[in-house]
Amino acid sequence: MKHIPSAATRRALTALAAGTVAAIALAGCGAGAGGSDSTGDGSFDSIEAALETGGEITYWSWTPSAEAQVAAFEKAYPNVKVNLVNAGTNNEEYTKLQNAIKAGSGAPDVVQVEYYAFPQFALTDAFVDLSQYGFGDFEDDYTASTWNSVTDGDAIYGLPQDSGPMALFYNKTVFDAAGVAVPTTWDEYYEAAKAIHAADPNAYITNDIGDAGFATSMIWQAGGQPFATSGTDVTLDLQDEGSKKWADNWNRLVQEDLLAPYGSWSDEWFRGLGDGSLATLVIGAWMPGNLISGAPDGSGDWRVAPMPTYDGTAATAENGGGGQAVTKQSENAELAAGFLWWLNNSDESISTFLESGGFPSTTAELSSEEFLSDAPEYFGGQKINEVLAAAADDVVEGWNYLPYQVYANSIFGDTVGQSYQNGTDLNEGLTAWQDALAEYGDSQGFSVNK
Amino acid sequence: MALAFNRQATKRHDPMNPRKSNTLLIVMVIYALYTLVPLVWLLFSSTKTQAGLFSSFGLWFSDDFAFFDNLAATFSYRDGIFLRWLGNTLLYVVVGAGGATLLATMAGYGLAKYRFPGRRAVFAVVLGAVAVPGTALAVPTFLLFSELGLTNTPWAVIIPSLISPFGLYLIWVFATESVPTELLEAARIDGAGEFRTFFTISMRLLAPGIVTVALFTVVATWNNYFLPLIMLSDPDWYPLTVGLNQWSNQAIGAGSQPIYNLVIMGSLLTIIPIVIAFLLLQRFWQSGLTAGSVKQ
Repeated sequence: MKHIPSAATRRALTALAAGTVAAIALAGCGAGAGGSDSTGDGSFDSIEAALETGGEITYWSWTPSAEAQVAAFEKAYPNVKVNLVNAGTNNEEYTKLQNAIKAGSGAPDVVQVEYYAFPQFALTDAFVDLSQYGFGDFEDDYTASTWNSVTDGDAIYGLPQDSGPMALFYNKTVFDAAGVAVPTTWDEYYEAAKAIHAADPNAYITNDIGDAGFATSMIWQAGGQPFATSGTDVTLDLQDEGSKKWADNWNRLVQEDLLAPYGSWSDEWFRGLGDGSLATLVIGAWMPGNLISGAPDGSGDWRVAPMPTYDGTAATAENGGGGQAVTKQSENAELAAGFLWWLNNSDESISTFLESGGFPSTTAELSSEEFLSDAPEYFGGQKINEVLAAAADDVVEGWNYLPYQVYANSIFGDTVGQSYQNGTDLNEGLTAWQDALAEYGDSQGFSVNK
Repeated sequence: MALAFNRQATKRHDPMNPRKSNTLLIVMVIYALYTLVPLVWLLFSSTKTQAGLFSSFGLWFSDDFAFFDNLAATFSYRDGIFLRWLGNTLLYVVVGAGGATLLATMAGYGLAKYRFPGRRAVFAVVLGAVAVPGTALAVPTFLLFSELGLTNTPWAVIIPSLISPFGLYLIWVFATESVPTELLEAARIDGAGEFRTFFTISMRLLAPGIVTVALFTVVATWNNYFLPLIMLSDPDWYPLTVGLNQWSNQAIGAGSQPIYNLVIMGSLLTIIPIVIAFLLLQRFWQSGLTAGSVKQ
């Protein structure tokens, strides 16, 4: 029951996509320039007009709520036909999107992209800048961290859909049985890890065998800013203060074998979440729905607390989540932008999204009484959204991903993953990752650390 | 000592009473387990619910017996997309593997039985092509097909599947040995055209070889994963392999909807036809392999 795209396949896929990133970065706008000449008069009116006139667009998404959202949209705008295509989950979709961009045709009009992959497509000119349609007015509708993830200066490359401010999900039954208090700092977390593993050798505080998304979010929380991009100049420092802070903290858990040795989303993982052998998850706020559907046996055991910190001051990071963008290959960018606006800014669409278990990026929902008072039985009637919505306000500012983060994440296992496997210093792994990333960036036409 | 050694040696060579080798037995048992345990696991797991999968031992039943529920759910999930994928796989196998077998047979036969300039060059190219793994060609093939505007269509999967250098080579060797040139001359003297000779006489003589090649190409096309993965973005054209992977990926990330029970049932249904094909065609496969003097 392993997920079929093995590491090797994933690497091959990413390498395929990677070759094309470079080509585009170097060629400037080359491939994408085909479709969107019809950029209107630069106002939201042209969007509304396009929605009334109608037409046909294609939308790539793997979110479970997409089907219901598209149906509701087509009802609201009967002249528009949306072809919903699930072109693959995350990496697979990015590869296909990158290939279609490189080939000059085949990209959808609207596409789902996670935040970490946004810079790769935005900076290579694959997405339409939506500021020309007055999308800048929507800034206040979204949390600062998610808005920042889809924009670059004044350019707006998409609208956020969900968000994943991190929190501590913990199995209360396990903590009670081991007589351990819920940790609020990473030092307490480390002590809890030892106590829980000592009380039951099959139980672990959490699992981690090296996960790029998790590690970058953890560095983000620790105040690290290892990636900076300006034009084609990339600055890499995976040994800055924050990166080291996380590595030193996490080293203790890795080197003392306090982490369960399997990856997230594996069958062991779901099993562990259900049977109490995984005591906590430090993960994005979108997790509750996954626990409810994926680990029904854990019902009643789980609770949510703020993410542990280094010094007791509330700080968290975004983990996962993403939004949608309009591609430059779109023949009808105004209509596509209209659909995007409805998808991520209309009450109807957002409530459909929330019903499917998603965690919003919109401030109105995050502060609404209805949302905050939700007390799922799975979490023992705890008002979990109060904790999770508060986390959205505590996201550390200033984080950026690399313009080739998809590739970067794909080689995380070969570098930092080695430190996990051998129980050696994570800082060494981070340095190896940085070296590989610098070399790759240079070969792709970026100028790294120069 | 010498006597004992001799006795043992005689015993070892007695074909009527082969000596039992414990080492061999252990190796074979381990190999059989290695091969069968995943299948047994799949069978047991196909009877479990999503929750049962995570709360029970892999090689035995769980409390709920959900085999038929899973079966029904697999065919009805997402308006029966599984059936569509099954149909796609069959299409790719029938047209792709069938075409590949036909082309390999005709070309291999032609190269074996006709003398014409450039045969040696073809031989070199075919041998070279056998050595290149299909995966390595997937990327150039993708770029080529996107130039032709064929990506995201069934042709993108079918056309590359039509080429089977190994099948061609096998038929070539097989035809050289099993189709007597005298027989072809006799047919010509009796006035049969070359195509008639091929279809009525040579094809029958080549049957074991053709079945072998067909098995090879059917298995390769049935299991084809990487090529359709990069060629197709529309799930309506996915074969079972890529489709099941999409189901499996549903368990990943925000808003995940794990349907491992359906992935497992789907996998079971996916391997059944290929297992049946193997069992039925096994004897052709074996005779084809030896007759062609090709060892796997």
